[in-house]
Amino acid sequence: MLAKRIIPCLDVNNGRVVKGIHFVNLRDAGDPVECGLRYSAEGADELVFLDITASSDRRNIVAEMVRRVADAINIPFTVGGGLRNAGDIQEILRCGADKVSLNTAAVDSPELVQKAAKRFGSQCIVIAIDARRENGGVKVYTQGGRVRTDRDAVEWAKAVADLGAGEILLTSMDADGTKNGYDLDLTRSVAEAVRIPVIASGGAGSLEHLYRGLTEAGASAVLAASIFHFREVTIAQAKSYLRERGVVIR
Amino acid sequence: MITVVDYKVNNLRSLENTLRRLGHDVRVTSDPNDIRTAEQLILPGVGAFGDGMANLRKLGLADPFIEKVKSGTPTLGICLGMHLLCTESEEFGLHRGLDLLQGRVVKLPASLRVPHMGWNQLHPKRANGLMEGITESAFVYFVHSYYVQPEADDIVLATTDYEIEFPAIVHARNIWATQFHPEKSQHVGERILDNFAQVRRGQFL
Repeated sequence: MLAKRIIPCLDVNNGRVVKGIHFVNLRDAGDPVECGLRYSAEGADELVFLDITASSDRRNIVAEMVRRVADAINIPFTVGGGLRNAGDIQEILRCGADKVSLNTAAVDSPELVQKAAKRFGSQCIVIAIDARRENGGVKVYTQGGRVRTDRDAVEWAKAVADLGAGEILLTSMDADGTKNGYDLDLTRSVAEAVRIPVIASGGAGSLEHLYRGLTEAGASAVLAASIFHFREVTIAQAKSYLRERGVVIR
Repeated sequence: MITVVDYKVNNLRSLENTLRRLGHDVRVTSDPNDIRTAEQLILPGVGAFGDGMANLRKLGLADPFIEKVKSGTPTLGICLGMHLLCTESEEFGLHRGLDLLQGRVVKLPASLRVPHMGWNQLHPKRANGLMEGITESAFVYFVHSYYVQPEADDIVLATTDYEIEFPAIVHARNIWATQFHPEKSQHVGERILDNFAQVRRGQFL
């Protein structure tokens, strides 16, 4: 049977893994390759590297990191953050990433999703959706959560699936950083609206949260950063907890 | 020396690195002459079937590859590479493949979440050197929307269940092919690549 996936997310700035709350008070947390290898050895099913480098040399810095990760790690990994066009996507894939995640660029030009899926294959195009609840709906945000759009999160998920996206990485901005659990209702709404895999993200603070995301909300995978980074739980613990509760886990 | 066919549809870095880490000599090439002198061949790939075939032809690789495989060179197809070895595919219209494995590439049922993406289990059907050391229900990494329906079931070495049961590994003569990505499947995949690397010409496991 297809296993549910546990995906640690690594935030990367200037080629180093950083830890912080909402991208402030960043502190150095090590080398991306070393962190990735440790997670991989612990049983992570995939890795996501989210780049937040702002420097003018970011393209080269990110490319170099992706090459180093690809040389050392033998599980799939996704790279996101700041990818604007097909050229950016091609470069990251050529450096060895298995998938890229697009957010702002996809909202700005949905035709990029279609073009990239056709050219590189749906399997490597992940659409990251940052969503926030408001009266009467859930809206999509871009630019790392700074810019509100008029797009409805569930409708946007359907649209990108139709355009050829291979997977959706759904982050609840309301839940993110709270450690109160994923937004289960939102995740379920998206997972039921599309027939591509959905990764739940934002809010994981306990093993039970992972469990509920994968079962009640119907996510194919759960993404978490801080609970793994701060060693509150290990991936191995998460996996045995889920396995004991009947979730199919590698 | 393992020759990996680069037909310019995707990055082959992971596969090359994994093979090197395992201690094998690797040559990644788009040169038809390298195909003609290959000792072992790997046809890798992700992406669309039509583009893959078009590139193999455009780069002048299809004919030397077919000749070389027919002459008995041990060959491994991976994912799209597995599909390209088949007779034909119905991915975005009907396309002819290399026709080295008799079978048709068809879409996973629309009722399923597609792509089939993630770690799923192998169920061996027959003993074969390629699967030495691989236990029942071992997990390997898949990402695909199409799968192979072989003309004859006896080429299936292992299956995987995703609501339907489909071939995960097939074998005919000197040709092996996997629907999953051994280079992304940690120790299980490494064992399969190692096993393939042991195969010598004229030895069909």
